[in-house]
Amino acid sequence: MRIGVVTFPGSLDDRDAARAVRLAGGEAVALWHGDSDLSAVDAVVLPGGFSYGDYLRCGAIARFAPVMSSIVSRAEGGMPVLGICNGFQILCESHLLPGALTRNDHLHFICRDQRLVIESTDSDWTRDFEPGQEIVVPLKNGEGGYVADEQTLDQLEGDGLVIARYLEVNPNGSRRDIAGIRNARGNVVGLMPHPEHAVEALTGPTTDGLAFFTSVLTTALTSVVNA
Amino acid sequence: MARVVVDVMLKPEILDPQGRAVQGALGRLGLTGVADVRQGKQFVITLDGAMDADRAAVLERLAGELLSNPVIEDFTLTVQEDS
Repeated sequence: MRIGVVTFPGSLDDRDAARAVRLAGGEAVALWHGDSDLSAVDAVVLPGGFSYGDYLRCGAIARFAPVMSSIVSRAEGGMPVLGICNGFQILCESHLLPGALTRNDHLHFICRDQRLVIESTDSDWTRDFEPGQEIVVPLKNGEGGYVADEQTLDQLEGDGLVIARYLEVNPNGSRRDIAGIRNARGNVVGLMPHPEHAVEALTGPTTDGLAFFTSVLTTALTSVVNA
Repeated sequence: MARVVVDVMLKPEILDPQGRAVQGALGRLGLTGVADVRQGKQFVITLDGAMDADRAAVLERLAGELLSNPVIEDFTLTVQEDS
């Protein structure tokens, strides 16, 4: 399975994301922000970092990159897309996911190993988890406070679209402790913490993050078997 | 030349931690009775020539698509024509 990892000017975690894809058993394909051709990939990861210097708003300029037009249209057709941190911000700015990410309520940049609970396993990127499974992955952000209006938050919870919540401490003021969400179809997932940094014992606090990347391979396998 | 000023503010219901930090600083620096501070952004766009209906429509659209995020922000747009 070919999984594209987009590099924007200012992306930081594209190499780690590509490595996570390879460790999970996928083929990582480098995609450039200025190309609208997606090189026949089957899924896309939008990695963390500070695309375009976070100018204007995080993800606001990346949304208009040529590569994003192709990704938005393929995502609307069902292609799996995972946005991590800055990638989550880009997905919200692109309106592929509802809500927005705002400045941490305490104003500090935070970097810690964060405990999460996986709530929805009914997505292309979380199906290898067990519902209610607790994981620990790194979290690092300055603008990770998830906000949406009350009606949207109620709908996310009511429809089971919250894929992960913060446990023990809410690190950034996210409404209802939301760490990640998915769209109704389950192919688009946005997550503020960084599973791609928790895929190897040598460098990560755990290897819990790997399941996000194996999930999308499981998704592909399942769809081939069912086809 | 026309000058277009777009002011962008967080919606009232969105927490503004920067504004709150500034409020604290104003108090520490001797300003009493500060009820609230909200921090926003201002874009000053200078156009070649006068404003026309086409560009006004594009600006109005881009103020909501690019310069502000309607999920969390409101904007106001004012046009100043140089005499």
